[in-house]
Amino acid sequence: MLTWDTLFAVPFLSGLLVVAALSAVGVLLRLRNEWLAALGFAHLAGASALIGLSIHVPAVLGATFGASIGAVFKAIGRFRGNSVYALMILAGWSTTLLVAANTTLGSVFGHAMVEGQLYFAGLSHLLAAAMLAVATVAGLHWLMPIVIRSRFFPGHDAANRLPAWRWQLAFDLLTALGMAVATATIGLMAAFALVFIPPWLAFRKARNWRQALVISIGFAMAGYIAAFLLALWLDQPFGPVLVAFLLVVASVTHIRPRPA
Amino acid sequence: MPQPLLVANGLVTGYTDPVIGPLSFSIGPGEVVGLWGANGCGKSTLLRAIANKARIFEGGIEQRPGLTLAWQIQQPVRLDEMPLSGHDYLRYAQADREAAPARMNPWLDRRIDTLSGGQYQLLAVWAILGGWADLVLLDEPTNNLDPQGQQILAEILKTEQGTRAVLLVSHEHSFLEQACDQVIDIAE
Repeated sequence: MLTWDTLFAVPFLSGLLVVAALSAVGVLLRLRNEWLAALGFAHLAGASALIGLSIHVPAVLGATFGASIGAVFKAIGRFRGNSVYALMILAGWSTTLLVAANTTLGSVFGHAMVEGQLYFAGLSHLLAAAMLAVATVAGLHWLMPIVIRSRFFPGHDAANRLPAWRWQLAFDLLTALGMAVATATIGLMAAFALVFIPPWLAFRKARNWRQALVISIGFAMAGYIAAFLLALWLDQPFGPVLVAFLLVVASVTHIRPRPA
Repeated sequence: MPQPLLVANGLVTGYTDPVIGPLSFSIGPGEVVGLWGANGCGKSTLLRAIANKARIFEGGIEQRPGLTLAWQIQQPVRLDEMPLSGHDYLRYAQADREAAPARMNPWLDRRIDTLSGGQYQLLAVWAILGGWADLVLLDEPTNNLDPQGQQILAEILKTEQGTRAVLLVSHEHSFLEQACDQVIDIAE
């Protein structure tokens, strides 16, 4: 059967690792009301991946570089609210389209990044996805209690003169890394959908924090596997199929009342 | 006599302009100190100054070296959707709590966004008092509490006396008299 051909093993595993990492990070982004950050980092990642490709730098490396610069820029600028993410989105969008319009390679890869060409993921993507998964497990083990405590007890760091910028920068870098690897692997909008839709559903349905993580990661992985098979079977681009699948299932499930 | 945890000497604090002061007081280990004053007199600004969130114009605040602080703002952070149970909330507040007051027990398995304002307020105060801080700052902890909730809060604060220092501000003098070792009248 074509679906389980070894040709698809590397893309499938790369995507699966990315999906698990993003849907976990997305829960914390939603708690911080910073989910727009993911779209900002994704646009920067897309633009820098294209620029990188034009000078023969692998997309996954170029994407990571651009998104990380965005995270550092945000930390240094100490921006409040969502304005900085809007600026990232606009800068990334403008750069992506200009590079795509003026280079043949850019045009091809620009479309690939928007549509999500998961089936062309190679060993470099798998390696990056594995590194992302390790960074997410280690990073969240350290960051999750700090992020939650800072959300509900916001005066803690200032009252004790603790350097909050360290964990804030670390969290932004983890988000940037996740969005960069995901954008280069599964496409820009699919990456954004994974940090937005599963946590959106999980926040509605979960009875506690652990369940929120399980629902978000479980729903994202189930959606990914379904979209992977559907896109192959129907011969459709992977990114839009994943986004549509997550949207439809989450919307149908979302209208039920949330638990007490 | 043990070294005070915190001493305010002629403290004048505010933001662009002074809001409150001069004030002088000290808090020793295990003391529960209440600050009373009318609404709008600058009580919350005083707590913000101790938590390094307001400007000091005159005088100063001396802290015992290594002092750790916890600060509960006037309205506990309440998001539209919070998929945390009461147990989660206590865990992430690093609260070392075993037996909850009987009235609070049923709340711990529920999502915190399903609690009423008073229930959530009481849970927040109980969580922060169960944490690791040497000195806990409480800003108007009786907000949203009915008389029964205030009674529970006063009992919780009584049990803290001698174990953890608390500085709480309130405009309810009778509550402060009931719950604190000493009450400082800011208006005087």
